[in-house]
Amino acid sequence: MATTEQETFVGRAIPRREDARLLTGRGTYVDNYTAPGLLHLVVVRSPHAHARIRKVDVSAALAADGVVAAYTGEDLKDAWPNGLPCIWPVSEDIKMPPHLPLAVDKARFVGDGVAVVIAESRAQAEDAAELVAVDYEVLPAVTDVEQAAGPGAPLVHDDVPENRCYTWSLSAGEVDKAFAEAKYTVRGRYRQQRLIPAAMEPRGVVCEISPATGDLTVITATQAPHIMRTAYTLVLGIPEAKTRVIAPDVGGGFGSKMDVYAEDMLVITCARRLNRSVKWIEGRSEGCLATIHGRDLIQEIELAADENGKVTAVRTHLTAAMGAYLQAVTPGIPLLGAWLYAGCYDAVAYDFHCTGIFTNTTPTDAYRGAGRPEATYAIERTMDKLAAATGKDPVEIRRLNFIREFPATIASGLEIDSGNYEAALDRALEVLDYEGVRAEQAARRESGATRQLGIGFSTYVEMCGLAPSRILGALKFGGGGWEAMTVRCLPTGTVQIVSGTSPHGQGHATTFSQIVADRLGVSVDDVEFLHGDTAVSQLGLDTYGSRSLPVGGVALWHATEKIIGKARKIAAHTLEVSEEDLEYSGGRFAVRGTDKGLTVKDASFLAWAAHNLPEGMEPGLTAQHVYDPPNFSWPGGCHVAVVEVDTQTGAVFLDRYVAVDDVGTVINPMIVEGQVHGGIAQGVAQALFEEAVYDADGNLVTGSLTNYLVPSAAELPSYELDRTETPSPTNPLGVKGVGETGTIASTPAVVNAVVDALSPYGITDIDMPASPERVWQALRGVAR
Amino acid sequence: MRRISLTVNGTRREVEVEPRELLVYVLRERLGLTGTNVGCDTSSCGACTVLVNGESVKSCTVLGVQADGLEITTIEGLAADGALHPVQQAFHEQHALQCGYCTPGMVMAAVSLLSEHPSPSEREIREALEGNLCRCTGYHNIVKAVQAAAGVA
Repeated sequence: MATTEQETFVGRAIPRREDARLLTGRGTYVDNYTAPGLLHLVVVRSPHAHARIRKVDVSAALAADGVVAAYTGEDLKDAWPNGLPCIWPVSEDIKMPPHLPLAVDKARFVGDGVAVVIAESRAQAEDAAELVAVDYEVLPAVTDVEQAAGPGAPLVHDDVPENRCYTWSLSAGEVDKAFAEAKYTVRGRYRQQRLIPAAMEPRGVVCEISPATGDLTVITATQAPHIMRTAYTLVLGIPEAKTRVIAPDVGGGFGSKMDVYAEDMLVITCARRLNRSVKWIEGRSEGCLATIHGRDLIQEIELAADENGKVTAVRTHLTAAMGAYLQAVTPGIPLLGAWLYAGCYDAVAYDFHCTGIFTNTTPTDAYRGAGRPEATYAIERTMDKLAAATGKDPVEIRRLNFIREFPATIASGLEIDSGNYEAALDRALEVLDYEGVRAEQAARRESGATRQLGIGFSTYVEMCGLAPSRILGALKFGGGGWEAMTVRCLPTGTVQIVSGTSPHGQGHATTFSQIVADRLGVSVDDVEFLHGDTAVSQLGLDTYGSRSLPVGGVALWHATEKIIGKARKIAAHTLEVSEEDLEYSGGRFAVRGTDKGLTVKDASFLAWAAHNLPEGMEPGLTAQHVYDPPNFSWPGGCHVAVVEVDTQTGAVFLDRYVAVDDVGTVINPMIVEGQVHGGIAQGVAQALFEEAVYDADGNLVTGSLTNYLVPSAAELPSYELDRTETPSPTNPLGVKGVGETGTIASTPAVVNAVVDALSPYGITDIDMPASPERVWQALRGVAR
Repeated sequence: MRRISLTVNGTRREVEVEPRELLVYVLRERLGLTGTNVGCDTSSCGACTVLVNGESVKSCTVLGVQADGLEITTIEGLAADGALHPVQQAFHEQHALQCGYCTPGMVMAAVSLLSEHPSPSEREIREALEGNLCRCTGYHNIVKAVQAAAGVA
């Protein structure tokens, strides 16, 4: 085959290879698992936000039909001497109170587990769970993060004074001097409301015990099967070698399914006690309580700028809710934004301070963007305030302040490898017809139209592709940030990828196959993608932080490089030429100046047969690469929202949404756009719709999908996407992460647009979500 | 327990069900048709949408005993003779699914929409799918897929 005719795959919008089963009802979600004799576990949860547990009586439940066992926290506590892990103790002063899968002394949030019931059917277990009698002494509770940090607040943990979990700071440059010399100083105070991740598939766990060996197979709806296997060992003391973890088809995660949860430990512990397979499936309303929440912090930010509007310093203080306990990486989430509070702007002095606070609420942890949406919101909202203070257009204030030279050491100390923020801004203005929209806005203002127009910008950079292991270590994170990929060339031409990162909707099977197909000169249909089962993929660090492509994909590239290197030796040996005489392209080694050659597929067979390999060469054509990235990944771009605000009802309509993202080289544009679409929807949801609300007693009043407003198709527009491509120089593919960009960029774009629409009325801020009620109240001058 | 008989994907089935059992659990647990997913407990998400006598119904809003004598089509029954239904095909080509969990319900809702309204506008598609939540796609490509399928369905 002539190399010029080789079909290539990278850069093409190839429909996904994983779709067929999902479109025909053959997905393998945990709840689809069944087996004879499978038992069903139900968790009895505290209805009180804070209560001493005096007595838990399971006797009536035990007597109910079909019930096999019922356990209290006291019954099971020996199974988990250290409780659930927090693997990111961010500071020296951090308080990490015990977090047990079932509470024993006190319940600390509505939803805290206090007992389990196991029965032959789920319905029987649910019926019997109603019969568990718990004697609670109700205690005062606090759910608001600022109240919890204030004087006289009830203590969530008796031995954590002022509910203060930790303090953490980062400072660079002469901040006070910059503020003293500033011509303009603007400040913002923003409330990042609590959000519920609400992946469409609730969580679920099954534990099977092998009758032959006693080994465990845990099938769990997780983003992180490898991390789970390690966590089960850490919590339950089961050797990793005795545990196989399977992440089957997983119905979305958005960070919420990377955590180490109580229910996994309960299912495994009860399965071992009973020596039977046990299953737990989360109900949606249960999940609103039992699965981690996102955000929930108060941000105070101040910008100093010179007479031209050039930002010189940024000062930020966060008060961040941890919830009642620390989940796996709870304390680190607000800090993932710590370096980004100057955004993509060229500040010189930087000060960041965060206080983590316990509250009687569901624990917070990673939710799509994790720290970076919060940072981006604060700086982008405040840049609009700076624009207003200096009398400049929001576009011009951004243009004036962009970082322009790369690599760029930013005020907070990290190095951005590449970017081109102005190109994305210019492209967005063109797609938008900025002048046209401003003219329409002016006309409506002039005519006093009921529906006023607002235009909101968000130019952003974010750091993802988690992460260089050395940096994680320096930040006290408990693990590394590498990723492992294996490529195996089978004798008949199939190429297997064994992936350490496993998808839950991101299309890895397609994207990774495209990379391998081009590198080794095969069709994507000849590539098999294996993942999500620790018996198949033994090494990996899984999927979160927009890392699969910029870390895993790059590991894959390096693995193919090793394959090509070995195949080259086989080709040279077989063709009786020197390696230097071979030219590699499209999967074929050609002998320069001749029509002789040998493909990787040929080499696969030769390596397998091993009849005539170079002296000392191992048979087989297989390579593993474990890649530790040298830097984070730094995607950026410009998002613009155009909203109509009904000044009579307060209703906000998202009319247009323009997104120009730069995620470096694009492997599959259709999948990349899909990631951006979904990210935008989640960011818009925070801006306009979603909010987890607790009442004064600590009840979650938005505890189901009837009152927690995940937007539907009717609330959202079609999005207008474009992109610029600035390849990352730190990896051979040139790729950057894309999974979270949409969520990170979109929230401030929408709120900036709402505030822009309301600015003629003297309104300069609106809390999220910008609901009709809030907008209506703001228009009537009622402080909210 | 009550004995009911219903036609599922063209096949007549007789099953014993508890009077309180929802249709979605009859399909999933009694009949092994796990393609229909459960995404909530308040009839909000639409993941469990099936066709009942040709019209889309959230199968968590119907008791199994109420389905006695009715014709049900689930996602497993949509592809005829191994060929994807035009709506399924359009979802594939337009990348209208990511994690796939809402997909069976979303596809059934779209099939029902197009059977009632063969050429809906974008606004009509968005309003018609209001009862089906998706957390991955932002709906953009779902709307495109329904528009594409409207040309051939």
